[in-house]
Amino acid sequence: MAEVLVYVDHVDGAVRKPTLELLTLARRIGEPVAVALGPGAADTAAALAEHGAVKVLTHDAAQYADYLVVPKVDALQAAYEAVSPAAVLVPSSAEGKEIAARLAVRIGSGIITDAVDLEAGDEGPVATQSAFAASFTTKSRISKGTPVITVKPNSAAVEAAPAAGAVEALAVSFSAKATGTKVTGRTPRESTGRPELTEAAIVVSGGRGVNGAENFSIIEALADSLGAAVGASRAAVDAGWYPHTNQVGQTGKSVSPQLYIASGISGAIQHRAGMQTSKTIVAVNKDAEAPIFDLVDYGVVGDLFEVVPQLTEEINTRKG
Amino acid sequence: MSLRIVVTVKYVPDATGDRHFADDLTVDRDDVDGLLSELDEYAVEQALQIADEADDAEITVLTVGPEDAKDALRKALSMGADKAIHVEDDDLHGTDIIGTSLVLAKAIEKAGYDLVISGMASTDGTAGVVPALLAERLGVPQVTLLSEVSVEGGPNGTVKGRRDGDTASEQLEASLPAVVSVTDQSGEARYPSFKGIMAAKKKPVQSWDLEDLEIETDEVGLEGSWTKVDSATERPARTAGTIVKDEGEGGKQLAAFLAERKFV
Ligand SMILES: Cc1cc2nc3c(=O)[nH]c(=O)nc-3n(C[C@H](O)[C@H](O)[C@H](O)COP(=O)(O)OP(=O)(O)OC[C@H]3O[C@@H](n4cnc5c(N)ncnc54)[C@H](O)[C@@H]3O)c2cc1C
Ligand SMILES: Cc1cc2nc3c(=O)[nH]c(=O)nc-3n(C[C@H](O)[C@H](O)[C@H](O)COP(=O)(O)OP(=O)(O)OC[C@H]3O[C@@H](n4cnc5c(N)ncnc54)[C@H](O)[C@@H]3O)c2cc1C
Repeated sequence: MAEVLVYVDHVDGAVRKPTLELLTLARRIGEPVAVALGPGAADTAAALAEHGAVKVLTHDAAQYADYLVVPKVDALQAAYEAVSPAAVLVPSSAEGKEIAARLAVRIGSGIITDAVDLEAGDEGPVATQSAFAASFTTKSRISKGTPVITVKPNSAAVEAAPAAGAVEALAVSFSAKATGTKVTGRTPRESTGRPELTEAAIVVSGGRGVNGAENFSIIEALADSLGAAVGASRAAVDAGWYPHTNQVGQTGKSVSPQLYIASGISGAIQHRAGMQTSKTIVAVNKDAEAPIFDLVDYGVVGDLFEVVPQLTEEINTRKG
Repeated sequence: MSLRIVVTVKYVPDATGDRHFADDLTVDRDDVDGLLSELDEYAVEQALQIADEADDAEITVLTVGPEDAKDALRKALSMGADKAIHVEDDDLHGTDIIGTSLVLAKAIEKAGYDLVISGMASTDGTAGVVPALLAERLGVPQVTLLSEVSVEGGPNGTVKGRRDGDTASEQLEASLPAVVSVTDQSGEARYPSFKGIMAAKKKPVQSWDLEDLEIETDEVGLEGSWTKVDSATERPARTAGTIVKDEGEGGKQLAAFLAERKFV
């Protein structure tokens, strides 16, 4: 069976969920061979094997942390040359997309970005994409070279499928370009203890209606009652009420959780672009005409300062 | 020596319009107004600020697109860019990411540059990979997705910036020439002044076609594409949900709905 390269997104050996989803999708088109780079690369093997990787190619070097993107492209290219895969799959993070694109040009292949589903087809893998703020669904494939496809988080349910997961050291020689962009400083993001926004099953978001940084505690309390991640509209982020990393939308994160709760968010097209594919959508807004109500499964027309705390309290009571 | 900045600007269908695909599955440009991709306004803004800081700088805005794409160039010129290049050719219709990056890279090389500045993503294709591809093709450093950017030392100088990622915020540095892309966190873009709009009318707009760039027609366009779109279907409208007015019990009613759906 054809081999499929899967680029591994991990933090010090802890594999992030979108990569496990990729392994599930990769199995539909071939045998997954995982490529893990940087500190802790070898520690990823157990989780990757558990989810279907027949082989795990690993490599660590200072270059991955000290320089931007290109060292990883060099390594993925080395893996590509070693394996001659039928396709290359990469998680659709900002960095993942850049790595995938540069690889595609180097190997003379087309690229599909931000796929939300993937299946085998007669002429190679067929990718589903979501276009124009999720108002259209397209099906595409790569017509030149080896398909290079980046896949968004939450595009497949993670399935365990134990495989050999034999660890092999990948030989990488870095190109002259690899050291072009120095990383001169790095401030890790502090963990809030809440689920990762793009991976969360439930997302609770606040917008301009929240009316102040301190009021976001209302949104956070609701999120915590549901074990949810916290999101924000750009208006709330631009006002400095919540960090940009939590922005949902076209220029923020796109989320596709089981449940999305929007409070004090009007539902502008750029916000919808990032949450429209959520399974169940709920909104609290005092304006009955707000466009967000066109999307909802359940909407409450009311003041969020009344509705949200009552909701949180009721959830906590029901949980006992 | 003058710092030569090339800003890539894309002409896109208005996101607030009724965007859809044409019969050949490319973007329908006839039914929806086009404009300068809002995210490229941030690129123009940062170019203007870098030029202000430099002793001597010249900003060229570059687009690859149909006749109407001149509108995007005019907007950028009215914001304060010095001149424009329009790559236009019937054979470009339907060009994908790989092809677009080829055309842009050839045009940038022909124009001459020390610094390329792009937006973080277009508002139609939204791939966000063209800047990295330009760096790959031009063989220069990529300093992308910056929320803060500065240039020191003129054409042979250094570009520095901050990239706010998922797990960390990084400080980056590279020597020129380089390709930069900026996010919508980099600072609000200025509105063109009346004076700017008038001045833009007199600024030079150069037109190049594929021959000028020594690109074969089979490397671009729908035929030359590295990707093929097989279908595009409109997402079915969501079935109308339940909407209640809060009369004191709105939170409780919502909790009951969530419980019914097994979220609680
Ligand atoms: C290129 C571009 C990219 C963009 N990217 C994004 C993006 O990624 N994400 C994003 O979110 N936006 C994005 N935007 C901005 C977007 O267009 C909207 O401006 C933004 O989403 C509005 O945020 P909001 O809904 O919080 O604010 P508003 O539109 O001001 O809505 C606030 C809502 O809160 C309601 N409200 C007020 N008080 C209360 C109360 N007490 N109780 C209940 N309801 C209340 C109001 O009725 C109103 O509906 C982008 C814009 C552009 C041009
Ligand atoms: C919904 C949709 C999905 C698509 N998916 C794919 C796909 O999966 N694979 C594929 O190969 N093609 C795809 N395309 C085609 C692709 O959008 C175009 O080829 C496009 O010009 C380059 O990609 P982008 O717009 O996504 O650019 P991005 O990488 O998002 O753009 C980043 C920056 O590059 C610059 N730039 C991009 N295009 C131009 C231009 N023409 N002129 C000047 N500057 C420019 C701008 O500064 C822009 O801000 C898609 C198009 C649409 C509408």
